Amino acid sequence: MQKITRSVLIEKAEKLLNDGIVSRVLGWKNGDFSYDITPAIFTSADQMKKDFVYGDFCGANFSKYLVKETRKDEGKILVFLKPCDTYSFNQLLTEHRFDREKVYAVGIPCDGMIDINKIKLAVGDGIVSVDTDSEVIKVNTLYDGVKELAKNDLLLERCANCKSKKHVAFDELIGETGETLENNRFDQVAELEKMSADERFAFWQNELSRCIRCNACRDACPACTCEKCVFDNPNSGVENKSPANSFEEQMFHIIRAFHVAGRCTDCGECSRVCPQHIPLHLLNRKFIKDINEFYGEYQAGEEVGSRAPLVNYTKEDIEPIDAVNKGDK
Amino acid sequence: MQRIGVFVCWCGSNIAATVDVQKVAEVLKNEPGVVHSANYQYMCSQAGQQLIKEAIKEHNLTGIVVCSCSPRMHEATFRKTAAAAGLNPYMVEIANIREQCSWIHKDIEEATEKAVVLGRTAIAKVNLNAPLLPGESPVTKRALVIGGGIAGIQTALDIADAGFEVDIVEKKPTIGGKMAQIDKTFPTLDCAACILTPKMVDVAQHEKIRIFSYSEVEQVKGFVGNFDVKIKKKARFVKEDVCTGCGLCTEKCPQKKVPNDFNLGMDTKRAIYIPFAQAVPKVATIDADYCTMLKTGKCGVCSKVCTAKAIDYTQKDEFIEEKYGAIVVATGFNPISMDKFDEYAYSQSKDVITSLEFERLMNAAGPTAGKLLRPSDNKHPHTLVFVQCVGSRCSSCAEKGKEYCSKICCMYTAKHAMLTRDKYPDTDVYVFYIDVRTPGKNFDEFYRRAVEDYGVHYIKGMVGKVSPEGDKLVVQGSDLIANKQIKIDADLVVLAAAIEPDKSARPLATMLTASMDTNDFFTEAHPKLRPVESPTAGVFLSGACQGPKDIPETVSQAGAAAAKVIGLLAKDKLTGNPCVAHSDEMMCNGCSSCERVCPYGAITYMDKEFRGPNRTTLIRRVASVNEAICQGCGACTVACPSGAMDLKGFATKQIMAEVDAICK
Amino acid sequence: MQVNEFKPKIVAFCCNWCSYAGADLAGSNRLSYPADVKIIRVPCSCRVNPMFILRAFQRGADGVILCGCHPGDCHYTSGNYFTRRRMALLFSMLDYLGIEKERTRVEWVSAAEGAKFASVMNDFVQKVTALGENKRLEDLRCKR
Repeated sequence: MQKITRSVLIEKAEKLLNDGIVSRVLGWKNGDFSYDITPAIFTSADQMKKDFVYGDFCGANFSKYLVKETRKDEGKILVFLKPCDTYSFNQLLTEHRFDREKVYAVGIPCDGMIDINKIKLAVGDGIVSVDTDSEVIKVNTLYDGVKELAKNDLLLERCANCKSKKHVAFDELIGETGETLENNRFDQVAELEKMSADERFAFWQNELSRCIRCNACRDACPACTCEKCVFDNPNSGVENKSPANSFEEQMFHIIRAFHVAGRCTDCGECSRVCPQHIPLHLLNRKFIKDINEFYGEYQAGEEVGSRAPLVNYTKEDIEPIDAVNKGDK
Repeated sequence: MQRIGVFVCWCGSNIAATVDVQKVAEVLKNEPGVVHSANYQYMCSQAGQQLIKEAIKEHNLTGIVVCSCSPRMHEATFRKTAAAAGLNPYMVEIANIREQCSWIHKDIEEATEKAVVLGRTAIAKVNLNAPLLPGESPVTKRALVIGGGIAGIQTALDIADAGFEVDIVEKKPTIGGKMAQIDKTFPTLDCAACILTPKMVDVAQHEKIRIFSYSEVEQVKGFVGNFDVKIKKKARFVKEDVCTGCGLCTEKCPQKKVPNDFNLGMDTKRAIYIPFAQAVPKVATIDADYCTMLKTGKCGVCSKVCTAKAIDYTQKDEFIEEKYGAIVVATGFNPISMDKFDEYAYSQSKDVITSLEFERLMNAAGPTAGKLLRPSDNKHPHTLVFVQCVGSRCSSCAEKGKEYCSKICCMYTAKHAMLTRDKYPDTDVYVFYIDVRTPGKNFDEFYRRAVEDYGVHYIKGMVGKVSPEGDKLVVQGSDLIANKQIKIDADLVVLAAAIEPDKSARPLATMLTASMDTNDFFTEAHPKLRPVESPTAGVFLSGACQGPKDIPETVSQAGAAAAKVIGLLAKDKLTGNPCVAHSDEMMCNGCSSCERVCPYGAITYMDKEFRGPNRTTLIRRVASVNEAICQGCGACTVACPSGAMDLKGFATKQIMAEVDAICK
Repeated sequence: MQVNEFKPKIVAFCCNWCSYAGADLAGSNRLSYPADVKIIRVPCSCRVNPMFILRAFQRGADGVILCGCHPGDCHYTSGNYFTRRRMALLFSMLDYLGIEKERTRVEWVSAAEGAKFASVMNDFVQKVTALGENKRLEDLRCKR
């Protein structure tokens, strides 16, 4: 696959800016560390040449930012979309969350993004810089010098189980688009399903008890674009800011997962941004797996305007009791 | 803070025998917001209601809780009581301590405890109640009837006779529908035209009825009492108000090879035509697919012979926009296509025909002037085989036929068989059937006459194959009673094709947001109790668009639909149910989830301007609920991810408060 | 000595048109079921937000049951079809989190099924009683 470099993207952006097709560019820039990438808006090629970065840490899904950015009356915005981002892009369009006319989408291929946490696990603290130019990742550490790691072992969970290399939305492509992929993303859910209720409870108790209610999962989720979140709304009856006990941790995550059920594209942003490393995608994937099994395969965002499973029905749908007892046979 | 009054009813001993009503009243007095608490033997009695009214005034109550029987019994009573005392009726909540407490429990302590919880729950809810006012909307006193068959005609006449204006939209150039094509009607055997055409004339002459023939409904907006409908009047290239219907043009037109759809293609008509002699409106129509003038610009014969100067080759489709208070769907039925039933050789032999084609063959105004002649060679047939249930009751072959019984075929086949034997005693007539279904007044007697008096051979069993051999049709079938295979050399085979809703029904249902079943029949608001109303308020159903029906049933349903329409149009204003959904625009994402679960199409979207940061304005898509259409089910409130959608009277906060009170 | 028997708290959501009427019919026919069941009337089962169910558990309910018209008989034509999907997914999720699945239930009870309503409630209370107190999905602060 063609490796997309920073300069290719800048070149493309410069042309679109100069031609007056777009007025702004939604891209990436370095945060505190070179592996800590943060989204940024650029208004000129010069700015981009200075700060724009692109590399294996640019996992962030930009679709969600379009909701706010397209509301600014400043012409079109250029956005670079990896295949998985395009699903979120379409889902937001289905929900009328932004004006398609105000976006110029450039699809870029992706061969997987790196999870910095996996590097940290492998080399420990004191990472100075990470060289991702080849398949062998070179990590320069403060205490142990340069360590070499295989990129395949460092992929983000969602990339290791990548569901699609296909761009389902774009105005223009750089490189080529791919196909949807066979993947094992439901294996872990299936494993949990096989456990006893007690074991599952223990598993989730352990995971969810770490939640600090920083709301990063919600804030990064491209499906969570509500004008006002129910958890911030005193009239919703579930408003709360920080978890006081195990119940509220569970309640928050159940409701959040339910609210995005059928709309979640499985982009994995929730787990990627969780500072406590809670495998939140396992909640979303449970819903996706159930939806696929109960109501037929459905991929949110695959096409604009598709009817999400929870706003749809058939007369022969599975009964809740059978849904719950499905695994017992 | 509310000022709540609690009224605990004894219901004689119905409640008081198992629930300590005094204790309930006492305990509930200490609940938040409660300023008055009383108990009485019969709260619903005149004296009990008086007690409530006085308490409302004396204690300036802002809400009341009645602990009594089920709200399904007396909620309306106590709401009226409250209203009479100047309190908003929706500030009343009922705690059901009879059906759901005293009647099912025996232990007084237990029942009393539960009654307290139920009372507390109602108090928690009423604390969050808000006065509700039902919305009002005006009613346009005009009805639209879609379809001009016997169903539409009868509905229109009945509505118009009650003094309301009615418009009929008919897609064909004339009203009359299927009944106009039928020869005679069972079980009386009177001629269809003799009973239908006077009604068609009545329609044409009725001062309250307008007919839009050769027209289709293009768009429907609005809601009950206030529909805005766009009607497309297709160009017929003849000025309707000028044409006298003399028919000279239809005789002089040189284009003679146009298949005559009124006779189901069994003969031809001219490119300018009047469908049949009694057509209403009796106006010529040019078939643009065949007219030489329209196609090549050369001809103009009709224009030359027309003394009234009615021909206008430049006519364009015309669009009419009109307001209606009610819409009646009367789109009727069609026989299904025989394409998938090639075992009966329909496509191979002209002498295999459908029952509707047989009607035209028997009709004095039909292609053979009423003489029974085979289509292939115009010879008189001697052996006729009728095949029932062609495409009906096909449970196993669903992709081929229909699962339902088409209902009318048993009777019309008996009619056809009887008429054939009556007119032509030299014929042998066989009927293959699965069951003969003849419920209906004088129906079974009619069928038995066919068998017993007219000697029609009824054979229980299905036909497996029809094969044309020479000038005969070899019919192979099974006789289940004699338990043998039989072969009949027939001259004519008549297929009782299943009937299905007209193809125009589905797009129309979408426009009307009316629901349909899997067979494209319109669904009723309630299959038993509201059979002529669609679940969409203001849309009514007449005739076979709702399910297979014969003429008497269609006419009675048409009258019933008219009665419902008259009931609606007689009102000056419609009062809605105030317990409807409401969207908080500040929180609405405009995501369309609510719209997709709304069974009534009550939710629309609009772009609304909001104030953004730094004195900017922001345009956002937000949902808006039409309170006249919303029925208050609440499906949207759960579909809404942000919680912007809430239901008045059953608000999220209220239900949460009830939950809390129960779990306390 | 009196044994302090466990009495579960059960919240039952009933749709106005079928199940609430079915409950009334159970009452009219004097068909008893435990007083632990307290009914909340909603216009349609589709009005029941998963948040209500979680709220009930939070506040100490031991079981939550949701009753609606039989599929196909919904007063609002399609409400209970949506309920069926929502609850199938929610209950499956609760089970996935290790919450005892007998604590939640959906039943279709028509206005004519008073006997069914009573037997469903008897059965549900019995199952929840057997499970004991809801400890997995409760907010301890809500306990007195």
